[in-house]
Amino acid sequence: MIEITTSAIDPDGLRDKLFDPAAGAYCAFEGWIRNENDGQSVLRLEYEAYEPLAHSEGEIILAEAKQRFPHLHAHCVHRTGMLEIGDCAVWVGVSAPHRDEAFQACRYIIDQLKVRLPIWKKEHYADGHSGWVNCERCAAHAEAS
Amino acid sequence: MFREQAGLDEESLTLDVTTAAEVFTATQARHGSSEPTGHCKVAINDVMADWDSPVNDGDTVLLFPPVAGG
Repeated sequence: MIEITTSAIDPDGLRDKLFDPAAGAYCAFEGWIRNENDGQSVLRLEYEAYEPLAHSEGEIILAEAKQRFPHLHAHCVHRTGMLEIGDCAVWVGVSAPHRDEAFQACRYIIDQLKVRLPIWKKEHYADGHSGWVNCERCAAHAEAS
Repeated sequence: MFREQAGLDEESLTLDVTTAAEVFTATQARHGSSEPTGHCKVAINDVMADWDSPVNDGDTVLLFPPVAGG
């Protein structure tokens, strides 16, 4: 399941959703707001989503991961709104029988989310201006997966 | 980004077009945008589509600048 929310992400609570007695591996990824991008000092990030499609496309990505990796459980949460340095912007968690597919599935989901979900971020810089981020490096990773 | 360039969230247009790509070109011409289709995406009636997807009367076409979640 994918959630789009303006509320803070609670990784511990989310982890419990993935428990399965048949799962021997759990893997999670947290994307945090950092204070720098391309040499510019970043104060905060503003996320915006087109929610109807972010939900439907997110569910398609999770279904793809479950098809690639049998017996996988997967969950994802993405924040919207104004986020501060250190905030968790995105959380992806999976559980699977073994660690190899858990790592691979987690990587697959975050890479695809970054290039396919209709979500955008605007960086607010220390010098007062702001700009929308174009994530071309993410696209290269996702095309390779 | 497109919203800020155009100064509006959405608009209703009557266009003589047959594909999503033609909607993009016509919209760019109206608003003086030069973003290539490259990493841009398109959805028709809230379903992801391709640039060569057909558009029909009454369709809602969403034009997305390059996404950057995460």
